[in-house]
Amino acid sequence: MRKIIAALGAMSLVLFFNLAALAQTTMPDEPVQMADGMRSNGKIYVVVAVVITILAGLFAYLISLDKKISRLENK
Amino acid sequence: MRLSWWKILCVVLLLIVSTAGFLGGVPAKPILNETIRNLYFHVAMWFGMMIFFGVSVVNSVRYLRTGNMRYDTYAVEYANSGILFGLLGLVTGMIWANYTWGKAWSNDPKQIGAVIAILIYFAYQVLRNSMIDIDKRARIGAVYNIFAFAMLFPTIWIIPRLVESLHPGGMGNPALNTNDIDARMRMLFYPAAVPGWTLLGVWITSLRIRLKLLEEQKLNNA
Repeated sequence: MRKIIAALGAMSLVLFFNLAALAQTTMPDEPVQMADGMRSNGKIYVVVAVVITILAGLFAYLISLDKKISRLENK
Repeated sequence: MRLSWWKILCVVLLLIVSTAGFLGGVPAKPILNETIRNLYFHVAMWFGMMIFFGVSVVNSVRYLRTGNMRYDTYAVEYANSGILFGLLGLVTGMIWANYTWGKAWSNDPKQIGAVIAILIYFAYQVLRNSMIDIDKRARIGAVYNIFAFAMLFPTIWIIPRLVESLHPGGMGNPALNTNDIDARMRMLFYPAAVPGWTLLGVWITSLRIRLKLLEEQKLNNA
């Protein structure tokens, strides 16, 4: 388990440095409708807030499950 | 609670993904428009699925080599998480396709390949649970799991690269294609979205494994 996570971490680190080298270019934008207006009106922050709330709930649930299982293991 | 550093990392990465994912810059493209941001969520599910199936088959091989039932539990639970992430990838892909390709299911080679791959893993669970004898179940399950993983190669890695597809990366290598996403997106996808969602899956799987080991312990003590 621990080895797997260490390997995953090392892999993502290598990828990150590769990407940092690639990160110099951005694509030219094609003339299409994007949600820039929505973002400047601040509405995209509503979506961000919703998603963060869902994530926070999920994390709280996972942490409480983790605690419960740990308590069982220690018994 | 066992709060290891990687659980904190998972929380941090996913918070980064779900803020920068919506607020960060993306290339403006026809048809896709803002849905290009689905990359951070939909595609990360598939990366997670492949990693979990990979971990699962490694543990099946470890079980066959050592006969330790603990590895069988690892293999089963990682396969479960792979199936969960695969189904989430499929459903999110269908929602995305509905608004960009016009319909949820267009028999795209990647859609068909993914469904076949997931069905093969369903069969793994069915086969495994059809046996009562625990040693036989673990052994046959492990052997089948190796076959199931081998089938991932043609269904999701080879055939979709050989044929025309609505997905980016058809007729070539999607990873090396520089026309679909740019560096701004890559910088968020590989360092944050893929490890973040994968760690979430590892976290859930580790809880399920611990629960199952507790159950087995209880059965042995009873």
